[in-house]
Amino acid sequence: MNLINLILIPAIPLAVFLVLGIFSHKIKPAVSGVVGVAGLATSTLLSFYTAWQYFFVLGKLDGVYQTFVEKITWMQFTESLHIDMGVLIDPISVMMLIVVSTISLMVHIYSRGYMKGDDGYTRFFAYLSLFTFSMYGLVLATNLFQIYIFWELVGVSSFLLIGYYYTKTSAIAAAKKAFIVTRFADFGFLIGIFIIGFYTNTFDFQTLNDPQGPAILTWASSSFMGLSVITWALILIFMGGAGKSAMFPLHIWLPDAMEGPTPVSALIHAATMVVAGVYLVARLFPMFYMVEDGFALNIVAYVGAFSALFAAIIAITQTDIKRVLAFSTMSQLGYMMMSLGVSGFDGHEGVGYMASMFHLFTHAMFKALLFLGAGSVIHAVHSNYLKDMGGLRKYMPVTNITFLIAALAIAGVPPLAGFWSKDEILVAAYENSQFLYGIGVFVAGLTAFYMFRIYFGIFWGKETNYKHAPHESPFSMTLPLMILAILSIGAGFIPFSEFVTADKAGFATHINLELAAIAIVAGLLGIVLAWIFYKKENDLAFRFSNAFGRFYTWTSHKFYFDEIYLFIARRIFFQSVAAPIAKFDKKIVDGTMEGIGNQTVVVSRKIKGMQSGKVQDYAFGFIGGVVILALVFIYIWTN
Amino acid sequence: MDILSLFVILPVLTVIALGFTKDLKQARILSMIGGLVQLGMAINLLFSYFRERAVNDSIMLFTRDVVWFEQFNIHYNIGVDGISVALILLTSIIVLAGVFISWKMEELPKEFFISLIVLSTGVYGFFISIDLFTMFVFYEIAVIPMYLLIGIWGSGPKEYSAMKLTLMLMGASAVLMVGILGIYFNSNADGGALTFNILEIAKVNIPFEAQKLFFPLTFIGFAILGALFPFHTWSPDGHASAPTAVSMLHAGVLMKLGGYGIFRVAMYLLPEGAIEWSWFFIILSAIGVIYGAFAALRQTDLKYINAYASVSHLGMVSFALLMLNKTAWNGAILQSLSHGFMTALFFALIGMIYGRTHTRDITKLGGLLKVIPFISVIYVVAGMALLGLPGFSGFVAEMNIFMGAFQHDSMFYRIVTIISISAIVVTAVYVLRVVGIMLMGPVKNEAYTKLAGVTWYERTGILLLLIPIIGIGVAPLWISNMIMESIQPFIQGVL
Repeated sequence: MNLINLILIPAIPLAVFLVLGIFSHKIKPAVSGVVGVAGLATSTLLSFYTAWQYFFVLGKLDGVYQTFVEKITWMQFTESLHIDMGVLIDPISVMMLIVVSTISLMVHIYSRGYMKGDDGYTRFFAYLSLFTFSMYGLVLATNLFQIYIFWELVGVSSFLLIGYYYTKTSAIAAAKKAFIVTRFADFGFLIGIFIIGFYTNTFDFQTLNDPQGPAILTWASSSFMGLSVITWALILIFMGGAGKSAMFPLHIWLPDAMEGPTPVSALIHAATMVVAGVYLVARLFPMFYMVEDGFALNIVAYVGAFSALFAAIIAITQTDIKRVLAFSTMSQLGYMMMSLGVSGFDGHEGVGYMASMFHLFTHAMFKALLFLGAGSVIHAVHSNYLKDMGGLRKYMPVTNITFLIAALAIAGVPPLAGFWSKDEILVAAYENSQFLYGIGVFVAGLTAFYMFRIYFGIFWGKETNYKHAPHESPFSMTLPLMILAILSIGAGFIPFSEFVTADKAGFATHINLELAAIAIVAGLLGIVLAWIFYKKENDLAFRFSNAFGRFYTWTSHKFYFDEIYLFIARRIFFQSVAAPIAKFDKKIVDGTMEGIGNQTVVVSRKIKGMQSGKVQDYAFGFIGGVVILALVFIYIWTN
Repeated sequence: MDILSLFVILPVLTVIALGFTKDLKQARILSMIGGLVQLGMAINLLFSYFRERAVNDSIMLFTRDVVWFEQFNIHYNIGVDGISVALILLTSIIVLAGVFISWKMEELPKEFFISLIVLSTGVYGFFISIDLFTMFVFYEIAVIPMYLLIGIWGSGPKEYSAMKLTLMLMGASAVLMVGILGIYFNSNADGGALTFNILEIAKVNIPFEAQKLFFPLTFIGFAILGALFPFHTWSPDGHASAPTAVSMLHAGVLMKLGGYGIFRVAMYLLPEGAIEWSWFFIILSAIGVIYGAFAALRQTDLKYINAYASVSHLGMVSFALLMLNKTAWNGAILQSLSHGFMTALFFALIGMIYGRTHTRDITKLGGLLKVIPFISVIYVVAGMALLGLPGFSGFVAEMNIFMGAFQHDSMFYRIVTIISISAIVVTAVYVLRVVGIMLMGPVKNEAYTKLAGVTWYERTGILLLLIPIIGIGVAPLWISNMIMESIQPFIQGVL
């Protein structure tokens, strides 16, 4: 592997960020757009070149893909424990390079049209570059601490981009919420890292994942509350992953994050950053699988499955199209987590791992397409809400077709990309647990339903009278849509199990016709239901939502999780902890010090009378003193 | 003249020269030149240190020993190791930045700069002393100008704050003096003469009973200066009333004397006392860390927010020192440096915002990103540094502290460590609260749309402080190695 190429991949966006960031007021928007796109195009080319070289030129050695690591010491804790910075190349990091590059490039191109005329155009491209740099650093990380470092950096880029419209109150709140919730999750992640560091004396992925290494061999040596400390560490690390990947119950920031510009939602909150949690579990997969018989991995599976279901139910009732897509993202991420959770390790046993990565890959394509399509719609009608849309197929043919392709892909209709990866996930779930398989199929149906609900709502449905006739977006926006549409159709045909598997050896997959048929039926059922409900304007949906009554209200309020968290943050922490502490500090702690000071003043007032200015008083004091001293001396003398 | 004494002599010369200046223009130019020369000397010291360290492995380098009070065996005994070199560099940068930030000090400029530079003399002297008594004298030289600086050039209830600060710090000195004398009178425990020389005393086995008695006195004496809970209340009021450059110097450098003193005197000379008492002070420090963060969450005055943030971050320093291992100690020193730069930067920015808007109340400010973008962007960057974002010095320091604290495998240590780590979440909340209310959002006050842009001297001051924060954050290994090396002889004393 060519090290310089690998370093250039993240270095170029970093350089672009620094240049655009420092000179943001001097650079013309047109120039910054071109610089951003050109920089990223170079990184993308290098990423593809790396992938080609890795999979086809170097290929397998002894039947497995090799891992390449180059690193330097960045920070030394003790003689043996240190943080390294470097690059790690193995099948999943190469795959992530492709995903990040492709989506980021599409979003860069798209943003040149979408953000045109915006005040902060240059700032926007600077942030995008910062994010892309951090994301590259994250996927190439060689050890837990390096991944944490870039993890925080993607978090802050996400904060900056969500709060991009910084004069909007809702955007500020959303940005803060996203940062603080993920920061809370990272608190767990960090403790997990420290536990690992303390017990295994390494942060290095290769050593940690080594079946003969300290983490996997010695997990049983020390336990805490009935579980191995390493299992605890993995659970805490997963907490970090769950925060980034918006798993229940740390999901509340993702819907609000839609306050950011739509290209950002496509890049960060659909295709790349939010999959970091999945990537993290995949990165540590041997540990998750082997430590304590995969106890932590089971948690991953059930949290994933629950999140998938939970989010899919909420997605049905949302009226803001970006929020529907956000919950859809959360649901699909839950799918990936579940798939990792049910996976085995060797050969075909590891189908869940492979399926999860495959779905990550295809999902990135069609979900980015859905977001960019939604952005194109929002750009045209200036609203996020379904009520302001309808019948747009006539005005926006390209957006319509590409959005339809993406919707079909996510609904799992063959032969589009989503079908192949989702099918593998269901196969993996089926082989592991009937219960999880059932959830998976049900969610597949729900997914098709809510996705076609918004598709019909936007492009068909009622005939809305627009003040200004909406028109198709410019070529810079439709070009990425078309490219992503092609990828959403074709990505499923990649023989993924040849390239990305848990044991890196690859295996051949066969389609399980029975399971595939069930999945297709579930998806089609969802689409047909949506067709009945939403194709033409009617009151069926309204009647149904009334029939569900209380449950509908709960769902449309996202089961009141925002309110619960707000209560905890505001009432408990802000008003019942911070406020009393501030008061305690003023009244009690400072009051005590003040009291000591005041007492000194009182005492000094009492003594002050002695310094009266009258000579006779001083004479009295002087003579008295002499007498006392004389007595003392006589006493000492005589003893 | 030796390379270290210059650090004391040059400020004194500057002060004398300042006595002859006539107006603000002359005073500030002279102070700037003085500051630049100091910075140059500090950088030169750094490189000389590296060169000398390569061939010389004694604990202190560039030592010099002159008797100045024979009867009590008090020496002017100086020398530096990597830790003092780093802190001297910190001081010189902050002093220079402070001069730039005070560029428009209209009121009694000559006297102001004189007090400021006298203060820095004390600080330099403190960092180079090996003799306990000399160290104490320098400490007092550093603390006393504070009273004048706040009392004369301050704002708000300045007399009250100046008095409070000075009285509490004098109280601390009294406690500290008892501790130091206690050490002195036990320095002949193995026979030999009474001495104030730290390196000599370290070789002596001070009786356990004495260590148990004098450790808490020495520790508290220094820790009050480091704003240890519950002795921190002088700091918010003091900072709020102090003029910008004084807050910078005080929080950035003077408060570091606390941590440095604990490390150099309390820990090194009374190790058994440290082990005996560590649990108690660990609890206080951990409370300080989380308590300061929560208290900051509730404040509306920018300076109070920063003062409580300092309580939290310096709580981390004493917390780390009490962990008694290399990693944590390295973290403590790095945190001292990092906090010094960050807090000075914050006070500088707050001063600039206050100078333009005449308020420090965040509820009255809003949308500053729109009107004073440069200052606001740097404020966001500084906030990110404060909340421990990787790439900034705070992250490196905190990770060392936490990893060091994790080396102790017992329930007590685990709990206090996790409590301290949880401060990273609260810190994020109070930083983002300020960013959200003050910098983002719509511009609240019409008058703010016409605020003056940033000037060249403000820009210089900011960059001086920002560069080391990023420098340490991106490439921490060289400075961490320098500190680690110097910790080695100290840790051997403790274990």
